[in-house]
This record gives sequence, structure tokens and C-alpha cells, in this order.
Amino acid sequence: MTGIFITLFSLLSVVFAGMVIAIRQPMRSALCLVAHMISLAAIYACLGAHVVAVFQVLIYVGAVMVFMVYTIMLLDDRDSSYRHVFSGMTMPAIAIVLVVGAALWMLLGQQPANFATAGPTLDGIFTFRSFSTEFMKQYWFHFELATVLLLIGIVAAWTAVKEGL
Amino acid sequence: MDRYQFLIALAGLIFSMGLLGVMIRRNLLVVMMCLEIMLNAVVLSFVTFAVRGQTLSGVAMTFFIYVAASCEIALAMAIVVLFVKRHGSLDLTPHQNLKG
Repeated sequence: MTGIFITLFSLLSVVFAGMVIAIRQPMRSALCLVAHMISLAAIYACLGAHVVAVFQVLIYVGAVMVFMVYTIMLLDDRDSSYRHVFSGMTMPAIAIVLVVGAALWMLLGQQPANFATAGPTLDGIFTFRSFSTEFMKQYWFHFELATVLLLIGIVAAWTAVKEGL
Repeated sequence: MDRYQFLIALAGLIFSMGLLGVMIRRNLLVVMMCLEIMLNAVVLSFVTFAVRGQTLSGVAMTFFIYVAASCEIALAMAIVVLFVKRHGSLDLTPHQNLKG
């Protein structure tokens, strides 16, 4: 049953990613991107990684996409990029993407069936309690650095807008 | 192909689609969205490997990717607004010759 759900949500995520690229209006692209992210969150939930699924919905859909939607609403998107959706580099871009896709496919074929794990193996690590405990034990310094990075991001965005770059 | 190989292949496909969008779209906001699609593909591969190996490091890395993505989008949206204020358009085609 889980396999069926993973296949279904994988299909949905690919379809919505294609719609982000193909649709003319940026607002509709943003809504397709939200649907794409929710499909990925459903895949994470099916895999048992509930922590990541919640992060995906709260941070990406709840924060990042709200930023994006506000910006789209703030700006007038009916310009020349609205009339001519795609650039003149469509064919070279498709060729490059095919090469990248083929390289990734070849790497997938070289992936070993049983690989050595980089860290200690922990049972039930993706439940909130065990994840929080282990995360704060092993990554507390990185967590503090992440808060500093967030502060720097806020200051940089504020300065960019205030000073006009 | 087992479940994890399927998900890694899916991550590669989504990454390629995002890359295609970055290269062919002219609208700056849609290009930013395609960058987010690429970032999501990377997160999917991290989570797949973490679940497969039952290790914390992959999930911890996704947490830091989310933090970096939040910072990136806050700064990028400020730059997009200034770009439109300065040039009056979201079209990237007239600005292909960047000078660093």
C-alpha cells in the first residue's frame, strides 16, 4: 500500500514540477510549486520521515512560498516575459538537461545495493522525540550557527531593501 | 529497481526538470521557483539515503538546507523587488550580459 502511495505522489510531484515550468502566469506556477512540495511531503510521510514532512510543509509551503506569493502580488507580472514565456535557448537547454539526466541515471546504476552508512545507525530516529534528542546532542553547535545564519539573512534582506543595493 | 533507487531516480528527474526551467524561462520569479524545485530534489535524495541507512546525518542536513533556503528566499525576494524597481520588468532576457 505504501508503495502505491509513493508512486502516486511521485507522479504528482513530477506533473506539478512540469506545470511550474510550462504555465504562463507566475501565480499559477507558484500554486503548482506548492502542490509539488506537498506531494514531496507526502512521500516523506510514506517513508516514515515525519519530521522532514512537517518541516517541508511548515517551512517551505508555510514560509518560503508565502514570501514568493507576496512578491508576485506586489509586482506587475504582465511584461515581456508574460508574452514570450520561453527564451531562445530552449533546444540547447533540453540537450544539456538530457546529458545531466543520463549522467545521473548512470550514477544510479553504480549505486551499491548495501552501502556503508556514514553515521551511527539508530532505530526510530525519525520520530520527533528521538530526532530532537539526538539532533541537539550531536548538532547543537551547527544549530546555533544556523540561527546566526538566519539573523544574517534578515539583516542582509533589510539592508538590501533599505540601501537599494 | 527497489523503492530507494526509484526515489533517487525521481530526485534526478526533478533536479533535471528544475534545471530545464532555470535555463528556458524568462520570468525571474519562475526561475526562482525552478531553483526551489532543484533544492527540493536534493532534499529528496538526502531523505532517501537517510531513511535507507537509518542515520541522523541526512535528516540533519535537510534541516540545514531548510534554514539556508529560508535565508536565500528572503534575500532573493528583496533583490527581485529592487531589480523590478530599477529595470521595470521581470524579464531576464535583456540582462544576459552580467558584468559580475
